Amino acid sequence: MTSHANNMPLEYKTQQSQMNILGFWVFLGAEIVLFSTLFASYFVLEHNTAGGPTGQDIFILKDVLIETFLLLTSSFTCGLAIHSMRSHHKTGLMVWTIVTLLLGAGFLYMEINEFIHYVHEGASIQTSGFTAAFFTLLGTHGAHVTFGIFWISLLLIQLARRGITEKTASKFFIASLYWHFLDVVWIFIFTFVYLKGMVM
Amino acid sequence: MSTKTNHFPWNHLIGFVLSIALTLLAVFVAFNTDFSKTVIVWVIGILAIFQALIQLFMFMHVTEGKEGMINVVNMVYSIFLALVIVFGSIWVLTSGHAAMH
Amino acid sequence: MSLDEFFVTGDPLILASQIAIGLTMIGLIALITYLKRWKWLWNEWFTTVDHKKIGIMYIISGVLMFFRGGVDGLLMKAQTSRPELEFLDAQHYDEIFTTHGVIMILFMAMPLLIGLMNVVIPLQIGARDVAFPKLNALSFWLFFAGAMLFNVSFVIGGSPDAGWTSYFPLAGKEFTPGVGNNYYAIALQIAGIGTLATGINFVVTIIKMRAPGMTWMRLPIFVWSTFITSIIIVAAFPIFTVALAYMTLDRLFGTHFFTVANGGDPMLWLNLFWLWGHPEVYIVVLPAFGMFSEVIATFARKNLYGYKSMVYAVAGIAFLSMLVWVHHFYTMGNSAAVNSIFSLTTMMIAIPTGVKIFNWLFTLRKGRIEFSTAMLWSLAFIPCFTIGGVTGVMLAMAAADYQYHNTMFLVAHFHYVLIPGVVFAVFAGLYYWWPKMFGFKLNEKIGKWHFWLFVIGFNMTFMPMFFVGLDGMSRRMYTYSASTGWAGWLGFSAIGSIILAAGFAALCYNIYWSFRYASRDVGNDPWNGRTLEWATASPAPHYNFAKVPEVDRLDAYWYMKKEGNTGLKKSDLKPVHMPSNSWTPIFLAVVFGVVGFFLVFEWFTLAILASIGIVVGLVANSFDYDDGYHISVEELADEEREWRGDLQ
Repeated sequence: MTSHANNMPLEYKTQQSQMNILGFWVFLGAEIVLFSTLFASYFVLEHNTAGGPTGQDIFILKDVLIETFLLLTSSFTCGLAIHSMRSHHKTGLMVWTIVTLLLGAGFLYMEINEFIHYVHEGASIQTSGFTAAFFTLLGTHGAHVTFGIFWISLLLIQLARRGITEKTASKFFIASLYWHFLDVVWIFIFTFVYLKGMVM
Repeated sequence: MSTKTNHFPWNHLIGFVLSIALTLLAVFVAFNTDFSKTVIVWVIGILAIFQALIQLFMFMHVTEGKEGMINVVNMVYSIFLALVIVFGSIWVLTSGHAAMH
Repeated sequence: MSLDEFFVTGDPLILASQIAIGLTMIGLIALITYLKRWKWLWNEWFTTVDHKKIGIMYIISGVLMFFRGGVDGLLMKAQTSRPELEFLDAQHYDEIFTTHGVIMILFMAMPLLIGLMNVVIPLQIGARDVAFPKLNALSFWLFFAGAMLFNVSFVIGGSPDAGWTSYFPLAGKEFTPGVGNNYYAIALQIAGIGTLATGINFVVTIIKMRAPGMTWMRLPIFVWSTFITSIIIVAAFPIFTVALAYMTLDRLFGTHFFTVANGGDPMLWLNLFWLWGHPEVYIVVLPAFGMFSEVIATFARKNLYGYKSMVYAVAGIAFLSMLVWVHHFYTMGNSAAVNSIFSLTTMMIAIPTGVKIFNWLFTLRKGRIEFSTAMLWSLAFIPCFTIGGVTGVMLAMAAADYQYHNTMFLVAHFHYVLIPGVVFAVFAGLYYWWPKMFGFKLNEKIGKWHFWLFVIGFNMTFMPMFFVGLDGMSRRMYTYSASTGWAGWLGFSAIGSIILAAGFAALCYNIYWSFRYASRDVGNDPWNGRTLEWATASPAPHYNFAKVPEVDRLDAYWYMKKEGNTGLKKSDLKPVHMPSNSWTPIFLAVVFGVVGFFLVFEWFTLAILASIGIVVGLVANSFDYDDGYHISVEELADEEREWRGDLQ
């Protein structure tokens, strides 16, 4: 770690932080494989509705669009949080992160309602091959968002106690990668599950 | 990349506006155009890839840090795997005997 | 659920095992208590984050699992040794071939290889540990929890019995209602999370922690093969995670992923299983290739022939490994295009593999070969593995595969690939790196017994299977009539398996004998090695290297020795940073095991309650800001003087 490292943002300062960030990228590679397996199974099973409802029958564009905008905005505010962190602006980091989590919680609220609605429409996870693949893909994404909210809440406590240090900075940075990644996954869910499902 | 970045986060703002615009464009293409279904899926698919790249480069700064190159290789390889898994599975499970049920 | 549904009853073999397991547990606990070793176990082993100790624990578990899987194999061989024998019934036979397969691949081959990787890789790249020591401990304990959960199935609840591939619809709730297959789905899931973490750990370790000067083309070949293996782990294991999750949902929550009714697709399971399963074969075989390469170069006293082509060959195999999965189920009746393409990609794998075989042969050519036990394994590997490889090319041809599919020919083929390719390698690696782990060699003379018994037994056991397979015997048949004419072959094979088992017993005896009697005076470099692990003491000190070595070419240590550049100046020493022990990995793994056990029996309330433990472990981990500790220069100098004599 020579002069080169001095130009780096705080979260890259130590060798261990660099390894943590790199390791998280590798983990995201594994997550891409995980979600593409879920997508592949969904595409294989999406027409196997076994007489149950199809995507076209149950999807509601308005709700899905609201979810999308909530998550897209949360990804934006998460970016602003990291921007504040790099300006050593602790309050900014805190506030933007809290906004991010609230938007994430809003997304979750919408999604849970959406699921309840589907079950009322007669599309539960046990209905058909299609619903099994649908709920598992969406549920895995939703579970990631839930996990992220709890995880980042813990980081907020650490930030309040310790301020922006090499360690907390790298933790927040890694959490931001996670959050943006969930947004990427959602974009594909929005496009290939909802839009495609409603059109085809 | 300096330790202090006090300037206005234009990057993020542009990325955000673009992602909203691309989403609305995809909705428009899906519901308000006369393209065939196949064309629609291709177009909205390409729009989704654009959005993913925006997240990757403008929000996640994939090329940043000492391992920027490695991260890019990692992402390219993962995307290759994703394509193999998705298109491979669809191909294997919907052709030949499997297609007859 | 009544108690006699909970415990498996009614089989004398299993009853004997239950009693034996119970007595062993009580005996072990009593012994540890009597010797007052609990604290020592906790501090030195259960909470350790030292890659060498974690590696040793992996190896011990692997050898234990080898025993369990081996007993399963012997039981099968005994059952088929004569026609229409009634030693095992069909159900029991099904359970045994299922657990044999799962245990040998996932709980024997994987931990033995990952164990050796753990011990050797940081030493070979001149690092102080892996990138994430605590995660490494978590990987081990999750693997161990998964292995224990899987193994307990045969005495509590019943073993899985749908084959190690657990094809649907057979593996579904409808056709396999017991808890056995729940064990399969959940135990493998827990172990799989650990393996994925290992993959990430080694990728980052090898990218970021190489000694100064160790560029990519100066990496020892075992490091290269571990690196590529880790990449395949990261690429393939998430697929299995999803497949197992679907299986769990289907079995526990009544979904329809793989069922025939309600729009499920049983072929989806095959597709996902082999999308993971084929790369898994390379995950176990590539590190083995790396070990052979190290051993052959060392004992031929030559540098590895065609180092770069070796690297490209490993990378090529890794790339192709993701593109061949359909060759495991050509017979599902796919289109000609699908089968032809996968036939082609499969045969292409023979090209880089052939490159490697020739590189090993050319390394041997004109070498001053020393026939140590480690070298014998490597030499026996080449012809045996080639038989496995060539029969693999036969199986690769889709049209011909319709004839071989699901016959004993296939079973013989993959045993000829996996036993020479993995087990021989692990043995070679154990004999080779044993002094680095424990500070003494395994006995060479008993080693030769081990070698000859095992290799002869192996060939006698599995060669006849090619012939009965071509003669139409399908795999997983628990008995056959005398009119088939297979009795001679299978009887011969059964005798072979006893010799094979004797070979394994010789290894165990060797470990015992060497532990008690072998000379402790082996020095740091007993084999005249070429790579950095031999530059430090045997057994390697907990800090690995007092001073991180600098590398200026391939086979760095070989040239350091030639140039007399192996000494250590006290003035070069700096305090060494070490990670602290941690209780969270073993705690989390125990909780995962308990939650898994409750899920197996579908006791959901208990499972949810136990999951609170996972939250506790993760929160504790998040708030853990322990920075480790430093070893002072004085301590380092003292420890180094013990084996170096005076420092410069």
